[in-house]
Order: sequence, then C-alpha cells, then structure tokens
Amino acid sequence: MAKKWDIMITGCGGQGILLASEIIAEAAMLEGYDIKKADVHGMAQRGGSVISTVRIADKVYSPLIKYGDADILLAFELLEGYRVSKYVRDDGVFIVNTQRINPMPVASGREKYPEGLEDKIKCNAGRVVFLNALDIAKELGNFRAVNVVMIGVLSRLMDLKLDSWKKAIERLVPAKHLELNMKAFEKGREVVG
Amino acid sequence: MDKELLSGNEAIARGAYEAGVQVATAYPGTPSTEILEAIGKRYKGDIYCEWSVNEKVAVEVAMGASFAGARALSAMKHVGLNVAADPVFSLSYIGATGGIIIVTADDPYMHSSQNEQDNRNYGRHAYIPVLEPSDSQECKDYVVWGIKISEEFDTPVLLRLTTRISHSKSIVELGERVESPEPDYVKELSRRVILPAFARKLRLKVIKRLKKLAEFAEIFPENRVEMNDTKIGIITSGISYNYVKEVAPQASVLKLGMVYPLPPYMIKKFAESVDDLYVVEELDPFIETEVNRLGIFPKGKSYVPLYYELNPERVECALKGEPDPVPEMPEDAPLRPPVLCPGCPHANVFYHLHRMKMIVTGDIGCYTLGALPPLNAMDTCVCMGASVTNAIGIEKALGRENAKKIVAVIGDSTFIHSGITGLIDAVYNKGHSNIIILDNRTTAMTGHQPHPGTGKTLMGDETFELNYEELAKACGATYVKTFDPYDVEETAETLKEAFEHEGVSVIVSKRECALLARDRWKEAMWVDVEMCNGCRICLQLGCPALGIVDKKAVIDEVLCIGCGVCSQLCPEDAIKTHKEASAKEVK
Repeated sequence: MAKKWDIMITGCGGQGILLASEIIAEAAMLEGYDIKKADVHGMAQRGGSVISTVRIADKVYSPLIKYGDADILLAFELLEGYRVSKYVRDDGVFIVNTQRINPMPVASGREKYPEGLEDKIKCNAGRVVFLNALDIAKELGNFRAVNVVMIGVLSRLMDLKLDSWKKAIERLVPAKHLELNMKAFEKGREVVG
Repeated sequence: MDKELLSGNEAIARGAYEAGVQVATAYPGTPSTEILEAIGKRYKGDIYCEWSVNEKVAVEVAMGASFAGARALSAMKHVGLNVAADPVFSLSYIGATGGIIIVTADDPYMHSSQNEQDNRNYGRHAYIPVLEPSDSQECKDYVVWGIKISEEFDTPVLLRLTTRISHSKSIVELGERVESPEPDYVKELSRRVILPAFARKLRLKVIKRLKKLAEFAEIFPENRVEMNDTKIGIITSGISYNYVKEVAPQASVLKLGMVYPLPPYMIKKFAESVDDLYVVEELDPFIETEVNRLGIFPKGKSYVPLYYELNPERVECALKGEPDPVPEMPEDAPLRPPVLCPGCPHANVFYHLHRMKMIVTGDIGCYTLGALPPLNAMDTCVCMGASVTNAIGIEKALGRENAKKIVAVIGDSTFIHSGITGLIDAVYNKGHSNIIILDNRTTAMTGHQPHPGTGKTLMGDETFELNYEELAKACGATYVKTFDPYDVEETAETLKEAFEHEGVSVIVSKRECALLARDRWKEAMWVDVEMCNGCRICLQLGCPALGIVDKKAVIDEVLCIGCGVCSQLCPEDAIKTHKEASAKEVK
C-alpha cells in the first residue's frame, strides 16, 4: 500500500465541497488508509473561496498540504482552480469544472473575470481534465449534483476500488438524493475516456 | 475496535460521552460550534446539553453541575473565554467536585474571528492546567484525561484547540462510556462562597495545586519524548507537532500534551540530550517563556513567526533559518470575498441605512458583511453586544441633537447574548438610541443554531419564545415595532419613524435566514432587458444573484431565491417574476 494522494479541492461556498472531500476520505478509509482532512467552515456558506484538503497515505501527520506538493487538484470553479494552481506539483493532475461564478467585484462590474484561464492552468499541470459539471448536473435535473459528478471523474484517476466509492456515497448522501447522485457519479466517470 | 473519521470537535463530543460527562454547555462560535452540535445530535440520551445564552452563562451552568457532583464540559471560541473569564477565575479557586473541562477553540489566522489571542495564557493567568491535543484521537483521549485530572487535582481543566484541530478530520478509535458518580449535592461553604476570608485560603490551595500538577506533568504519558537524531531537538505541541513530523522526521521531539504547567526535569533532560534545541509553537511564545524560566534558551520565536497559522512550509523555513515563505498567488485573479447570501433579509436594511447616511455601530455575525461594498453600511464592529453600547457613547460625545443619525445594528442571537444590558443602559442613562434587531430566526453565522428567540432548544424541545417587543418595552424603549425587511416601503417608513422618535427605539427586522428558507424559495426573478436602463440601483443591494452584462442587470437563476427586494427597488419596473413576464407576452 505504499501509495499516497494529497488532494486539494477548491471552489465557492455553497458548491458542496465539504461533502465531496468527505466522500473521498470515506472511500480511502474503507480501504484501510490513514487520512487527514482539513476544511475551513464559517464562511463556507457565504459565497467566499473554499479550500479543503484530503491527505491519504499509510501514515499522515499534517492535515495541510505543503505548497507545491498536491498530487491532484479538484477545482469546482475555473477561477478558484487557477488561484491555487501553484499548490499542485509540476506533474500533478487537474480536474477542473469550467463553470464560472462571478465574484462580487466582477458581478458589480468593478473588475473583469480573467480570460484564457484554461490555457494558463494547462501550463501549470501534468494532466488536465476539463468538464462542465454544471451542465451535466442540470441534465440530470439538479444543479446541486455538481460535487458528485466531480467525484466520478476523480474516481477514474485514483487507484481506489469502485465499490469503496459507491459505499462512501451511500453513507454520506441523504437517501432521497442517492439515486440522482449515483447517476451523477456514473456521468462523471464517463468524462474520462 | 470501532473506528470513525471524526473532526476534532466531533471527537471532543465523543470524549465527553466516554468520560461520563453528564452536563455540556456552550454558546456557538466558530471554530467550536460543532462540539455541542455533535453532543446534541449523538449523545443527548446520556448528556444533558444546552445552547446557553452566552459563554459566561455556559460556564456557570457547567460549574453548578460540578457543584452537584456531575461531570461537566463547557465549550467556546477563544473570545468567548473572555466573556466567561469571570467565573473561570473563581472556578480555579473553587475547584472541581464533579470533573469540569472548559474547551477553548482558538483561531490562529482569524479565519472567522476578530483577534488571534492565544488562550494558553489563561492557564498561566488562572493557575489551571492546559491540555493541547494534536489530532482527533487526542481530542477524544484528552477529554477523558481532563476529567481524571480535574477530579484528582480538584481543578478545572482548560482544553485548548485551534481551528485546524477543531475542523480537521482524522481516524479515531472509539471506546465505551465509563460509569460516572451519581450526582449528589453536598454543602461546602468554605470553597463555594468565595468571601475574602475563604478566598485567601483557596489561593494557597491553588498555588500548591500547580506545584503538584507540575510533578504530574513529569509522568503524564501524553508528555513524551520521541528520541531520534540528537542533532536537532524540538519541543512542540498541538497542530505544530504534525508539521514538525512532516518536515523534520529525523529530529528528536518532545511532544507536550499538557502545555501548562510544564515538566521541568523532562525538559532539562531533553535539552541536554540534543545539540540544537527549538520550540515550535503557533502564536505566542508560551512554551518558550516557560522553558526560559528554567534557564534554557532554545531557538523559538526569533525563528518561528509570532502571527497567523503555521503550516508545513512555514515550519520548514523556520527550522532552516530562512525567511517566512509567502505562497505565490496569481495577481490577475480577482478576489472572492465572502458576501451576504442571495435573498439575505439583512441586505435591504443595510441598503437603506447607507442611503440615509447613518452612523452604524455593528456587531458580530453574518451581518458584519454589511460593512463591505457595495452596502458600506457599518462603521464599527468590536465584540458581542458592543453595537448598542458603542452607539450610546457616540451619542454622549456628539450630543443629543445627533442621536437620530446614530443606529446600532445587532443580530437576534447577539442581542440576547450581550445586547440587552446595553439597551437597559441606554434607557437608564437617558439616551435616545436607535437599535435594530436583525431577527433572522437563528444563529446564522455559526451554522443555524436555535436560541431563546426561536422557541427551540439544542435537545430539540419546544420552549418559551422570547418576545423582543415585550422585552424592549419592559426595558423602557418607547418606540417598538417589527417590520418585514422584504417589504421595501415598510422598511423605509419604519426606519424613518424610529430614527425621528425622541426616546429609545427598538425595531425588529423579522425574516427567516435565506439559507433556512431554502425549501420555500420562490421562482427566480428575471430582468426585462428592454426596460432596464442600466441605473445599477439593484446592484447596490450587493446580492450575489445580481450582476451586470452589457450595461444591463442580469439575474443568476441558480442563485436567485425570488425575495423580490430588487424588483421593488427598480425604478423602471424591469425586474419581474417569470409569471409576470409571460402574462405580458400574452397581452
């Protein structure tokens, strides 16, 4: 089991980032790994930038990932992915939801949402997967499923059993939304060829 | 043995359960809130738990339980301990009948706080032992230890967390709940009535107790040496221990589970066995100062920064003697500051206060965001309840004639926590204060806890619902009214009347938090582009659902909850519901 994954998840408050990082941690725990996971609460529901980290290995000390050491970045929003891109190592994996959510300075017309972020992110990354998880979630009938679509993509790029992912989702997603989220997970898995 | 992935806060709750705690109290405050939430959710069958009105009340209730022989825990954020300091200092003298733990969750970097105070200092100040866990397993274990130490040494125990401990998750091995003694009240005048004559004796007890605790620290198994390469030795505790293990795995480490009082012999022996001695700790040079008192002078705060959270790279640079690293962030990425939520009922109130050019004394809660652009509707925010009292002082300085330009804005839970005393002060001292209670029917900022104004308890029971109007009248306010902040006209009229009123006015802006009302959200609003003249009045609300594209307002249908405030403000009637829009097309 000499594997380790340092995963950074970023996006905006309200996108379901904490649940996503819970699912990752739960899936890894089911396979016997040690885990440390760090979140920042409080402002999470107030539309600000949100970062969560999940570290998985045989033994983990720090819940925070060292700058430039993250293996995988799961970005729920384009600008937020770009903002922390230097936290990922040079040959790291980027999974980026291309959805744009305007921060207040942009929405009020005082600043512009930067263009060409996809290209800038590509320059910083080893492997990149771009997808519009919001469109996929909307097709499934609920825009709140973005987080599990992203988990679906991630599951193709991490060496954890499919069964562990499904069990983790079952444990953490409310029963009434389980069917929708299982579909979202499958749709996410289809994104990676 | 069962294992669970728990946050530090959830593990504290589990620890309370396993240690046989019978009474737990708190006032919500980030990063401590989830401790009592978890007790309320999982252990309320075994532990009586309550949201207390404030932290002072919380500690006094827990203390009363301890008087009656029950094991008790009270949790709060770091600044909450300032509010509770009065009973805590007395409690140190009184000691513990049933074991009693005060949990303080400090917030290095001020993720969600107004200062970076290091509450380990309270241990030294009040002569009480301080435990500091470094992960969730230790959070749980240290509650169990804390109750033992409390009962054995007749002392309250301070359990100090930080945001990173409270909100990080790691794997915890679960244990069983231990039997706790049956509560039984025994009268003990000389320790519980702290008259000077009694207190003088208790003071001597406290000093003797600290000495005994320092002896215990030498054999306390959670103070441990991890001997490795002897070139570098590091004394550390809490979250810093993990960063040290991460970036200096070869170093020898003295890991302190109890950071006050320290074990002098253990420290001396460790210092002698390594070539180069460091102390790595977040915030104040607390351990360093204690080590200095032993005549040992390690590399401490001249290497490790005194401010903000530590992290692996900061500790790595400190140990190498390199300057504090600053992570490189792209300069062309606009910041994403936190904002009031779409449909937040506070927004309309702030919109009017800004337009009325009021001096607005603010308070602690989500609504503090009303200080930021575009609302720009707050002048001060100091501490819980200070809005009301700061306004009194400003009026006394500027004179009565300016009273109608000054208003205090305070949330419902904050008003109950510390605003009521200010209201009584305003009336008593012949003030003309204007007070707005932003009643969103919950403690929103910390994640929606019930409070005395909601008629619900932490245990999930129905209870008496505090009536703000009746309370304000009883305190002597002479203009009292409740209004709906989703009604723009009613809001404007009520504010105007209240501010022009001669005596003290208390008005209640009553509307459920938009996040709680989520299930009842209405259809999103819609902008008729042909009618929009691009005046940007709607944007002054600072609603995240509103934006501007090609000089016309747009509404994000995913974010909008249909509160309709922007539509009432629009001078061109360009903002409508979809129903209104389709009705127009039919015509």
